[in-house]
Amino acid sequence: MSNAPTMEEDIALGNIALDLLGQARGLLQRCAAEIGGDEDELAYFRDSEAFRNPLLCELPNGDFAYTMVRQLFADAWFAGVWAVLAADDTVDADVRGVAEKAIKENAYHWRHSSAWVVRLGDGTDESHRRTQEAVDALWPFRGEVASDEWYARIEPVLAEATLTTPGRDAWTQRGSADGWHTEHLGYLLAEMQSLARAHPGASW
Amino acid sequence: MINEKLWEVFIRSRNGLHHAHVGSVHAVDAEMAVENARDVYTRRGEGVSIWVVPSNAIVASDPADKDELFEPALTKVYRHPTFYEIPDGVANI
Repeated sequence: MSNAPTMEEDIALGNIALDLLGQARGLLQRCAAEIGGDEDELAYFRDSEAFRNPLLCELPNGDFAYTMVRQLFADAWFAGVWAVLAADDTVDADVRGVAEKAIKENAYHWRHSSAWVVRLGDGTDESHRRTQEAVDALWPFRGEVASDEWYARIEPVLAEATLTTPGRDAWTQRGSADGWHTEHLGYLLAEMQSLARAHPGASW
Repeated sequence: MINEKLWEVFIRSRNGLHHAHVGSVHAVDAEMAVENARDVYTRRGEGVSIWVVPSNAIVASDPADKDELFEPALTKVYRHPTFYEIPDGVANI
């Protein structure tokens, strides 16, 4: 978090991360209630094969352009997910509550990441180069998040940012729906889970 | 960053009527300034409205002129609105 270009951006990224964490907790608590456990068990004691997150979300941070493009792709996906959950009466009420709150948070995240991608893409030669490299590097990881709606959200932003994509039909990585993940998830979970696993059941 | 400007931030609180100065942010343009101000100054629910003004647009009084600008008013009791009873029910004067 302390690697952003400015102090204000450090705080912005921290806020965004906290929003996402809050959304995750809301859903994990509901899942835990359903299966009779608690959210910590789901977060700290699952192995990577049990995680179903889109591969995009486990990729490490790159330079600022990479981080913003990755966030753009994720925000476009979240927008669709929350909208569908909030609008569906058959969905559990707690989950719908999380979705309704998340829609507002996501609106801000989208504004933030799209504003940055446009400025970086349609910016200096260097920022354009780095942002284009980021789009090309992240494009094959759109498999679990891409849909017609997703493309409809990000394509105008990328166009305004004067960026190109390898195209909707380009090959994409997949697998997280079956628990197949990139090697990056292993490192993330090791860091996140090590304390809880060293002291199971501990509390502050 | 090379092209960043300094902006002064004014926030109107939830129950407030006026925007109050809360600090400053750096940003390259007005849109980013509003977003940065939102991230830095409204994290804890401090406000519902943000104004950002480029710092170089603000004209301030010179502190050296403090005496001539402000002292004369202090001793002129007849200008102070303290002899008037405000009726109940007048919310904001």
